[in-house]
Amino acid sequence: MYKYDQYDQAMVDARVAEFRDQAKRRLEGKLSEDQFKPLRLMNGLYLQLHAYMLRVAVPYGTLNSTQMHALADIADKYDRGYGHFTTRQNIQYNWIKLEDAGDILADLAKVEMHAIQTSGNCIRNISSDHFAGAAQDELIDPRPYAELLRQWSSFHPEFMYLPRKFKIAVIASDTDRAAMKLHDIGIQIVKNTSGELGASFFVGGGMGRTPMIAPNIREFVPLDQLVTYSEACLRVYNRYGRRDNKYKARIKILVHELGAEEYTRQVEEEFALLLEQGIEPPFAELERIKPFFADPAFEDSAKTVDRSDPDFALWVDRNTNRHKHDSYVSAVISLKPVGGIPGDATAEQMHLMADLAKDYSFDELRVMHTQNIVLPHVKITDLHALWTKLDEAGLGTPNLDQIGDIIACPGLDYCSLANARSIPLAQKIAQRFDETGKGDTLGELKLKISGCINACGHHHAGHIGILGVDKKGVENYQLSLGGSEAEDTALGKITGRGFDEAGVVEAVETVTDVYLQNKQGEERFLDTYNRIGMAPFKEALYD
Amino acid sequence: MIVLTGNDLKSGAVTWWTGTHWSIHIEDAVDVGENAATIMAREESSRRVNVPYAVEATLTAGVARPNHIKDRIRALGPTVRPDLTLKPADPDLGNWVI
Amino acid sequence: MTDIGTSPDGVQLRFRNDEPVDHASVTVDAFLEQSNANAVRVEPGDDARALLPHLGQIQLVEVNFPAFGDGRGYSSARILREAGYEGEIRAVGDVLVDQLPYMKRCGFDAFEPDAALNSDDVENALNRWPEVYQAATDNGTPIWNKRHAAAS
Repeated sequence: MYKYDQYDQAMVDARVAEFRDQAKRRLEGKLSEDQFKPLRLMNGLYLQLHAYMLRVAVPYGTLNSTQMHALADIADKYDRGYGHFTTRQNIQYNWIKLEDAGDILADLAKVEMHAIQTSGNCIRNISSDHFAGAAQDELIDPRPYAELLRQWSSFHPEFMYLPRKFKIAVIASDTDRAAMKLHDIGIQIVKNTSGELGASFFVGGGMGRTPMIAPNIREFVPLDQLVTYSEACLRVYNRYGRRDNKYKARIKILVHELGAEEYTRQVEEEFALLLEQGIEPPFAELERIKPFFADPAFEDSAKTVDRSDPDFALWVDRNTNRHKHDSYVSAVISLKPVGGIPGDATAEQMHLMADLAKDYSFDELRVMHTQNIVLPHVKITDLHALWTKLDEAGLGTPNLDQIGDIIACPGLDYCSLANARSIPLAQKIAQRFDETGKGDTLGELKLKISGCINACGHHHAGHIGILGVDKKGVENYQLSLGGSEAEDTALGKITGRGFDEAGVVEAVETVTDVYLQNKQGEERFLDTYNRIGMAPFKEALYD
Repeated sequence: MIVLTGNDLKSGAVTWWTGTHWSIHIEDAVDVGENAATIMAREESSRRVNVPYAVEATLTAGVARPNHIKDRIRALGPTVRPDLTLKPADPDLGNWVI
Repeated sequence: MTDIGTSPDGVQLRFRNDEPVDHASVTVDAFLEQSNANAVRVEPGDDARALLPHLGQIQLVEVNFPAFGDGRGYSSARILREAGYEGEIRAVGDVLVDQLPYMKRCGFDAFEPDAALNSDDVENALNRWPEVYQAATDNGTPIWNKRHAAAS
């Protein structure tokens, strides 16, 4: 994975010094909260329901054991012994003190980490495919391009005060494992008919209040124009994105209101002008970055496992992903134990995952946007030893992409923006389907819960989505069906009236019963829904 | 009743106006009546509190119980981690918050 | 014609050696309607490119920041510099010391904040960044160019 050189290190170190100074001036009263807020947000520091919350960046979801150990140490030293992995591949700490924030950033800088631009109206962490560099179906590892864009977007002087936040995802496969079309800019690295690599740009996607799927505004941008084209997209947004209404300020609204054709025209016009400025990095930079993502020294060995232990076999079937090298798989560490808090890991668990990465995965881990952790390159012959250790530590739940693998935002338990609690609901649903054994009969079923309309739980993209609302001061839950974050990107449809907490747990069970009754062949829930439509579900729920 | 809440600037801890200072315990919160704006402006400008706001509450067993569940969760801690709340040993915690 | 500009005396920071323009600037609309002004004030919603045909006669562009969180002025400044404008670009309004290094990179060379900036804070801000990652309007060599300088 990428390693800082003295330049990268100098930048994070300068950022730590800058923030220390800003925090000092805030504490002295030289900066008001209004003046300080955007500055601290651009270092990932929120003022949240219980305390300051710090969001640490995990660039394109990739980290090594040294970094994971450091994240665990931060949890112990400055927080309450745990961290929360997020739907943008980052990690959050909920109990931070402002007076410690500078020291935390300094500790992070020592291991080549930071919290730069993980919040604020600026370009955020660039996300990518959690199986990058391992998946069989990728054209090329997308992460060197994500790394290039990380550098381009960090401290970009023109784009520090955008109308609103800006999220970019980069993938390099037709299978979309990063919800690419639900980003402000989604990039797929593709090959044209001449065999040249380029970037296909999708601009104007997003969830939140007004979910939209990004249109493809340019099918092919040559790789030696990647940065210039991105800059053109951002400049048009900075100049013309709405600033009159916080809820209409994302680029998806601009693209929607102008129309994709007009937005594209403006981008192409800006792009032509920017090309004359020569802002593109030298192509040698991409060539410099790529070797950091070269394949580790894979070795040929056994290609199958001993399936005599049924628990182990189940975990292998569910939680491992085929690898481009047939002696390896990518293994998914579930952070969704039944009744647990989705995405949370204790410091002890983080230390263990770090050690396991070192022992079994060439010292590399990935954070999934679905709040699990990946060990990308595990030798098949090591799987049993790995699984045994995971299982002992409560990290071996075989539920990847099953109904128990719930994506949930922190919700009202942690977040001042929330209208309803999401975690207890996730726990109750997981428990219900575990107790009844029904969870094992459902196959792939992606359930996502958001505690408010900001949709940090990505509920619009859930096969089953749940949105928490405030109904006259009482928590209420809206159910939606048919969303998808994969390449068949779709936004869920609301079933009808909302439910209270107990009611929505029942409703989820009802909906899965309808699926099981109507399922044909090997259909997944989403397939059955797409085939039979909303009506049978609605009938079962409300009649 | 109207109580005031905010965050301690340095530590981020949730605090409640007691009439003389800011306490992390909602039991110490007092009814500020019509004086919310004046008190908040004064306390915020002197940095004794950060981003205060007024909360409607109902006096319940001698303690201000915020009317909205969000503020009750704010007062004590996340419902899903009773061990991290201000009252980890209190079996009635759930009833008070939820 | 509406005179709404600011006096050079109020300019706290100026990184130019030439004489500042000593009279008020006009709005973009007013400027486009007549041909004698050489100082113009750009609001966040103005299109800086409207000034491009007239850059030769402009000596001062004031870019107004009614609120520091409205970042449109950064694009306006850069657009002017990219088009070859070499006159003064002055950031006025809600300009805080923490935005200084970023504004400078976008081509601002004078600053007239509503509230005077602390000179130590200014010093710190201007010396904060040893390097820059990406190309902007200033002369800073991006890190990715420095890395490959020997080869190019």
